[in-house]
Amino acid sequence: MSTVTSLYDEQSAASVSRTRRARPGKRHSPEPRRSPYLFVAPAVVLFVAVFLVPLGYTVYLSTQKTQVMGLGLGANARKQVSAGFSNYTTVLHDGEFWQSVLRALLYGCILIPVMLGLAVLFALILDAQRVRFQRFGRIAIFLPYAVPTLIGSIIWGMMYLPAFSPINSTLNELFGISGINFFGQHIVFLSVANIGVWGGTGFNMMVLYTALRSLPQEAYEAARLDGANERQISLRIKLPMIRPAVIMTAIFSTIATLQVFNEPYAMHQISYGGVSSTWTPLMTIYRDTYTANDVYLGSAESIVIALLMFVLSVAVLRLTNRQIFGGEAKS
Amino acid sequence: MKFPRPAKGAVCALAATALVAGCSSSGSTNTGSSSNSNSKVTLTFWSWVPNMDKVVAVWNQSHPDIQIKFTEAAGGDAELAKLLTAGKAGDMPDIAQIEYQSLPTMVTNNYLADISSYDSNLKSDFPSGLWNQVTLGQSQLYGVPQDAAPLAFFYRTDVFKKYNLAVPTTWAQYASEAVQLHKDDPSIYMGDTVTTDAGLFSGLSQQAGAQWWSTSGTSWSVGINSTASQKVASYWGNLVQEGALDSQTAWTASWDKSFSSGEYASWISAVWAPGDLASQAANTSGDWAMAELPQWAAGDDVDGAWGGSATSVTSDSKHAQQAAEFIAWLNQSSQGTDLLVKDGSIYPASLSAESSSSLPASSFMNQSDFYTLAKQFSASTAAATWGPDVNVAYSDFGDDFASTVKTEAGYLSALDKLQNSVIADMKSANFTISGS
Repeated sequence: MSTVTSLYDEQSAASVSRTRRARPGKRHSPEPRRSPYLFVAPAVVLFVAVFLVPLGYTVYLSTQKTQVMGLGLGANARKQVSAGFSNYTTVLHDGEFWQSVLRALLYGCILIPVMLGLAVLFALILDAQRVRFQRFGRIAIFLPYAVPTLIGSIIWGMMYLPAFSPINSTLNELFGISGINFFGQHIVFLSVANIGVWGGTGFNMMVLYTALRSLPQEAYEAARLDGANERQISLRIKLPMIRPAVIMTAIFSTIATLQVFNEPYAMHQISYGGVSSTWTPLMTIYRDTYTANDVYLGSAESIVIALLMFVLSVAVLRLTNRQIFGGEAKS
Repeated sequence: MKFPRPAKGAVCALAATALVAGCSSSGSTNTGSSSNSNSKVTLTFWSWVPNMDKVVAVWNQSHPDIQIKFTEAAGGDAELAKLLTAGKAGDMPDIAQIEYQSLPTMVTNNYLADISSYDSNLKSDFPSGLWNQVTLGQSQLYGVPQDAAPLAFFYRTDVFKKYNLAVPTTWAQYASEAVQLHKDDPSIYMGDTVTTDAGLFSGLSQQAGAQWWSTSGTSWSVGINSTASQKVASYWGNLVQEGALDSQTAWTASWDKSFSSGEYASWISAVWAPGDLASQAANTSGDWAMAELPQWAAGDDVDGAWGGSATSVTSDSKHAQQAAEFIAWLNQSSQGTDLLVKDGSIYPASLSAESSSSLPASSFMNQSDFYTLAKQFSASTAAATWGPDVNVAYSDFGDDFASTVKTEAGYLSALDKLQNSVIADMKSANFTISGS
């Protein structure tokens, strides 16, 4: 039986492809294959111009270094020479650089679960039936995302400063707790992650909420007929169905974690040591490239971070994929 | 002139974003292709001096053939980073304001034009110490000094009177008064620790006799952890350890508040301080006076500097001669310096401007002999040689002193760490370093 069906399928497929192939033959153009290339050309040109060329240039710069002659004060006292892989050796042996990577990862470990957890929670609440102030809630949660991170970070920084902190004075009035140092060795991670959560939750909530709105309503109806309440629908129906969106936000957040710059950079200016100038990998790159004027070392660091980011994204993708399949097998 | 106000968190962070957002913003350089000195040229100019646009407007009116297009830059450190980046792109402005300590960094990158053939005749009108800063002891000239920034002791006359404090003439006296004052009133400090700004600390080391950099032949020496610097670090480390001084970060809103609320009775700063105090603690107008920086040995008259800057022509300029003409007008002619003093509230480096009667009395300070004193401090400033990587040193200074424990031992170890990282940075660029 099955062989017959498959034979039949093959035959019909073959006939379809025959007819398809026959048609353009009637108006045979001399260069039939030009148009596909024309269609992809803009994308390829852009990809090469804004991605491959800069990447190649960065790789080139990362193999160069500055060499100074004598005091370095004459007109030709400084030149660019080939450095081989010495910049990479420097990066790989730079304890401070790897500490900045670890700090960024630790920051991500705090940020991602909290931010995505809240985003999922808010999205589900807003999507649930009979919620008041839905429109207002959506905008209110989304609004911090519209504030440039740098501005947000400066405002939060003000709130962390001991002499101004409304958080400290409130805690002091209510509970008699005083003098929390928001830039302390460990608390500083929470302080910085808090800004990330504040600014990022709204965006992720929007992505998830949009995914929720596009789900078919029939599934909910069916669930309701089976006696499921709103909470069960949220957890058992909606959440599994928006899993791809959750994964996407997780990957974006992971990439953003290693790239975190604005929040800690704004904190750096005021924290008196809580956030050093090399607190995150991008801050290290910024410091080496611009402050220390070593674009070659900065390039090597950028390449290393790009590779790390790639590995991390693939890891997150694989991990979450397995989870999906695991989840499907169970149900 | 160092205007550390822009170094404050907010502004500086904004400036940095502007920097990240694009070095292309400086793309207005020299669109005119002709370098013929008779045709009309437009020169671009970066500076952070307040109201510099007004000064430039006066020049533009009387010089139709050399038009200056002014762009307000962030403070010294931020502008240096931006210049270094623009320099790589061959996109620097024609003229730039550069702090003295940053000149060697610019020069070793070959980013400054030698204007000795245009402006060397101005030499006699500037203190030799400052002139040495713009020549780096060579025959070339890399800029014309604009302002001098000798350190001074600024104090609240009302607070000093209330607690019966005498103006300290020695550091020993300063220390004992700081301890006493905080004991008498725990809500008041003599001031903050001087270790949150590298420029101030290096100025104090300069007073103590340290040479953070020096050259001999073709090799550099780094003396950041020299005995003189260690003396300074121990002194302040001790005071902070005792709790006699406040240890918060300078140039934050919270630090401003300590001045306006009267929490700080004094400030070790430079002669540009009144301008800053007027904005961060406007309510204390008339309460401040200036005195000589306390001395290590009674009867001495040695000072250090905190910032101060020159105006330079960059190597990207195609019109060095016209640029040099503008710079000479700005920093040496009486019209230029008068405007700088009046609108930019700087303390001029030019000797003729220094003794000009047109210097306005500072309305903020209760100090009629302000300029007489400033001139005296300027003359007693110890000579300084800056290294080719002050940018690295100042950035690392912040990290090293901030992350260390606030004790004498902590400050000393931060100083050692700084010495090592500066030497490592210089070695990686193949500088020859002696004695290490």
